[in-house]
Amino acid sequence: MADLPYTIDAEVDATDVVCPVTFVKAKVALEELDDGQILAVRLNDGEPVQNVPRSVKDEGHQVLKLVDNGDGTYNLIVRKVGD
Amino acid sequence: MAVDYKALKNGGFMRQVQKDNFSLRLKVVGGNLTAEQLITIAEIAKKYGASAVHLTSRQGVEIPFIKLPDVEAVKAELAAGGVDTGVCGPRVRTVTACQGSDICPSGCIETYGLAKDISDRYFGRELPHKFKFGVTGCVNNCLKAEENDVGVKGGLIISYDKAACTMCGVCVKACREGAITEDGEALALDTAKCNNCGRCVKSCPFDAWQGKPGYIVSFGGTFGNKIAKGEEILPIIEEREALFRVADAALAFFDKNAKPSERFRVAIERAGWDALKTEILEAYNNG
Repeated sequence: MADLPYTIDAEVDATDVVCPVTFVKAKVALEELDDGQILAVRLNDGEPVQNVPRSVKDEGHQVLKLVDNGDGTYNLIVRKVGD
Repeated sequence: MAVDYKALKNGGFMRQVQKDNFSLRLKVVGGNLTAEQLITIAEIAKKYGASAVHLTSRQGVEIPFIKLPDVEAVKAELAAGGVDTGVCGPRVRTVTACQGSDICPSGCIETYGLAKDISDRYFGRELPHKFKFGVTGCVNNCLKAEENDVGVKGGLIISYDKAACTMCGVCVKACREGAITEDGEALALDTAKCNNCGRCVKSCPFDAWQGKPGYIVSFGGTFGNKIAKGEEILPIIEEREALFRVADAALAFFDKNAKPSERFRVAIERAGWDALKTEILEAYNNG
């Protein structure tokens, strides 16, 4: 399957906090979006990239991609599902 | 008539420092008690004990300060309230378990039912020395599988559906073993590195990773006078029946090779790990 096309509607930087606040920041940012909108969450390597994608999935949102920024951080692209 | 303290101990009545007082060990499977059982235990502790219980290191409950003349009444009232007494001495002990996949998001196997099946099959069985089973739901190992004579750890046997994969990259980072790599075109799994943790399955946003529950079994763990970690000598087991064949074989090996009052670990080390492995593999393969 090819990359899913997406346009980012909002961004949040979670590289200044540690788990579980990383996920909390993503969750709060998702709450402010409408169903179907796309959020990019900037995460540090290590625990945040290991755990946040799964937590976002468990909340029922659709993870689209984990983009390596090449600087030790990653952007997690999430489409909001539900209100 | 002389008091048969050994029989009392075998039935879960543990002698206390205080003469003719007993700490009564109850039967608990997988650390699970119903609210009704807890009420019964509380009532007995108030009526016959010192209004307190002790939680043991292996998920058991003991009611201390039961008096010798009350032993039979306590047994009868516990039984009426759906609570069984435990065991001590040279036999299969309390089967411990974490909450497993029924409750815990990390769980890879259902642990309560398995602990109950193990307990129903082996609990109280006479052996050369004590024998402990423990069941933990995943590689996080909250229940410490390898400190048991036979430890069971849940894992997922994974498979990959390329058609469902979008190459999003989540699993490559979720895997802590470095078993999944991508070259931009496809994912590659190094099965030698996979520890069956199931994090790829649980994190995959597109269900491209699928997992089938399996049992990772360890043998010969002990964490008392002697401390030794149980060893894995088999690949992850897929079938419940194979798990029980293997457990049967472990107990048979122990019965055959251990001297009285000798733990499984010591018996294995004297008879040799190769001897154990031969018998366990035979049981594993002969379904």
